[in-house]
Amino acid sequence: MLLGPITIASLLVWGERRLLALFQERHGPNRIGILGLGQLPADILKMFFKQDWIPPFADKFVFVLAPAIIMSTSLLSFMVIPAAPGFVVLDSEIGLLIFLALSSLGAYSVVLAGWSSNNKYALLGGLRAAGQMLGYEVFMGLSIMGVAARAGSFNLSKIVESQTGCWNILPQILGFVIFYIAALAETHRTPFDLAEAESELVAGFHAEYSGLKFGMFFVGEYVGVTLMSAMMTVLFLGGWQGPLLPPVVWFTIKTCLLICSFVLVRGTLPRLRYDQLIVMGWKYLLPLALFNLLVTAGVILW
Amino acid sequence: MNPLIIKPEELLQTARNFEMLYDLTAIDETTREHTTDFTMVYHFLSLKNAEFTCVKVPIENDRQEVPSLSSIFKNANWYEREVYDLFGLKFSGHPDLRRILMPESWVGHPLRKTHPARATEMGPYQLPDAKQDYEQGMLRYKPKESGGDYLYLNLGPQHPGTHGVLRLILKMDGEIIEEIIPDIGYHHRGAEKMGERQTWHTYIPYTDRIDYLSGVMNNLAYLLSVEQLAAIEVPARAQVIRVMLCELFRIASHLVWYGTFVQDIGAMSPVFYMFTDREHVLKIVEGITGGRMHPSWFRIGGVAHDLPEGWQQGVQNFLDYFPKRLAEYDSLVMQNMILKARTVGVGAYNTKEAIEWGVTGPGLRATGLDWDLRKAKPYSGYENFEFDIPVAQKGDCYDRAFVRIEEMRQSLRIIEQCLKNMPAGDYKSDHPLTTPPNKDRTLVHIETLINHFLNTTWGPVMPAGESFHAIEAAKGTNAYYLVSDGGTHSYRTRIRTPSFPHMQMLPLLARGSTISDLMAILGSIDFVLADLDR
Repeated sequence: MLLGPITIASLLVWGERRLLALFQERHGPNRIGILGLGQLPADILKMFFKQDWIPPFADKFVFVLAPAIIMSTSLLSFMVIPAAPGFVVLDSEIGLLIFLALSSLGAYSVVLAGWSSNNKYALLGGLRAAGQMLGYEVFMGLSIMGVAARAGSFNLSKIVESQTGCWNILPQILGFVIFYIAALAETHRTPFDLAEAESELVAGFHAEYSGLKFGMFFVGEYVGVTLMSAMMTVLFLGGWQGPLLPPVVWFTIKTCLLICSFVLVRGTLPRLRYDQLIVMGWKYLLPLALFNLLVTAGVILW
Repeated sequence: MNPLIIKPEELLQTARNFEMLYDLTAIDETTREHTTDFTMVYHFLSLKNAEFTCVKVPIENDRQEVPSLSSIFKNANWYEREVYDLFGLKFSGHPDLRRILMPESWVGHPLRKTHPARATEMGPYQLPDAKQDYEQGMLRYKPKESGGDYLYLNLGPQHPGTHGVLRLILKMDGEIIEEIIPDIGYHHRGAEKMGERQTWHTYIPYTDRIDYLSGVMNNLAYLLSVEQLAAIEVPARAQVIRVMLCELFRIASHLVWYGTFVQDIGAMSPVFYMFTDREHVLKIVEGITGGRMHPSWFRIGGVAHDLPEGWQQGVQNFLDYFPKRLAEYDSLVMQNMILKARTVGVGAYNTKEAIEWGVTGPGLRATGLDWDLRKAKPYSGYENFEFDIPVAQKGDCYDRAFVRIEEMRQSLRIIEQCLKNMPAGDYKSDHPLTTPPNKDRTLVHIETLINHFLNTTWGPVMPAGESFHAIEAAKGTNAYYLVSDGGTHSYRTRIRTPSFPHMQMLPLLARGSTISDLMAILGSIDFVLADLDR
């Protein structure tokens, strides 16, 4: 189960660069191996052999802890995701809540990294991440309550089964859009890469990180993207359901298409300002998510 | 040029009559026939008829103070600091008179004639630890007032958002910028000092590197000044070739700005599209001149070569290709909601403020004033072209962007007219000071041969006098003020660049906004560090 997301996430290191290159009229990494796939082991090797530098002014314990948090929380979240009927680590009745809890924990990673680096740019990045979390966490949870209400369960396998015949993306299109936005914010990707913001904060929260610890943030982001795509597949795109092909294949196809859409969004949009993100979250998306939940509940009860 | 010569006491009174302080500099007179050691040179601009007035104030020696103009013109602040830094002249009533381009630890004043011009005249460079620590200590920012719970953020000199070696010291309350102190000079190469030891001809390549994105446009500003000095008439064909290349470079420069501006706001793709397009422009430039970013292709009295055979095709291809791309960018970038949210109403100033701070170019036109030197005071035959001056009203980041994008479309119109109506004739003037003279004639005509020999060995000898010529460059108006004492070198070369006053305005624009806004503002100013520091 763990192998799947890690493989996809590490392939993304290469895949995102190739896709972005495609969108940007250039080649991307295409020198090493077939299609440049050798770039991946090359990058990993490079990361391994880089000096594992901890700045003398950093808070060492937290500094080391921070990248571990993001990796472990996003990988742990995969345990509740059903990739096929019965193909799930923890078929919990509160799977959806576990996912939400773990993803909230993930935000600590960025905040702590920014704080412990003891660098002004990193600090600003960490602060932005904290502010950003306040902006999206609320509507993120609410946007998927419509789905839970329709399935009558927090169990993700049951949610997938409830979508037989009609995927949630149709009745819950509003919830899908809001959750998609929240997923972008959760993974700190454009247009919500405020905490990183290379043109403003240079690299923000991970400015002081190098070597493997940086690699963990780097791959952690891709694990997050994979997780969010898998989650959207489960919640809105009927999970493993689909004709002819085996369920796992369908699940993977849907997840990969969503991942590509993440890359496309990154290649297209500029970045929001943090106050604009918070305003958007509280003033527009939160009421919309509530409205969506109300209407869904109304329709179910009626 | 008929400069108005006044006494220092009369300066403030005289200055009040003018609309904009366009340039302010000094001349060290000590190595030529002189009555006073220094002369202050002021250029004022009246926008209505695009008239430049030169006012000169002779200064006895460096102990005599000059009244500061900073109470009348806001942009006088940095200009006077520059003169203080490079000449050691003091200004009475200046609020903050310290060095601006050179480091605080510098000894001497570089533009004085006694200051060495080359590193080889200065003895070997050494950096013992003590000196390094001292220099590092000088760079440390020490806030004047203590107290207050502020975060001081050192942004640059190496920062992706500053597009070069620009250092900004931000005093911040949370993410809100309370005050911003630009520290410039990291890109200072002494271009003006080099002008005093290069011949009139060999200085041309140095000008390319001032605003390094606009290539030959810098040559034009310099050469128009030189040609004014020598009273050289440039043939029509050379003029149109110059205009065409300048407009191509205007597009190239605006494209770099466009891509980096959008990148500053956080979109990563557009910069690749715009550099791809710029490549098309540079290919045309390469086909015509052989060079790319810095062709140094204009010559005194014309251009280096005639246009190559088949040049029309490349230009035509670009004219067909580019408008579609521009339209695509409008929908990708300019109509994007996030971009609008980030730029509309951010970093706004009005026409009055723009004139107070000496803003020209797109930054001025974005405030609603349709002032373009190409129309207001046409040079190099711009009066023969049909084009509009794009304006916008609010003067914010979005409007500055809008104006530049429309300018690219107007540049395309001008290039198309050049393509359709390229006059026949010579690409170089017959004037004896044309350097190098027409090769065909040097082989059959003894006078031209002599000129050729003299101009390429010693360098052309320009008549004594002064000249000043401004052009509408990509980032604003660019002007060269040249003083000749009748030699092969200039006695004083002054380069007035647009980035300098524009950067000076930054604190006004960014105060009270966030770091994110600061990046949008920096991007929308469109400065180049080499243009700022020279």
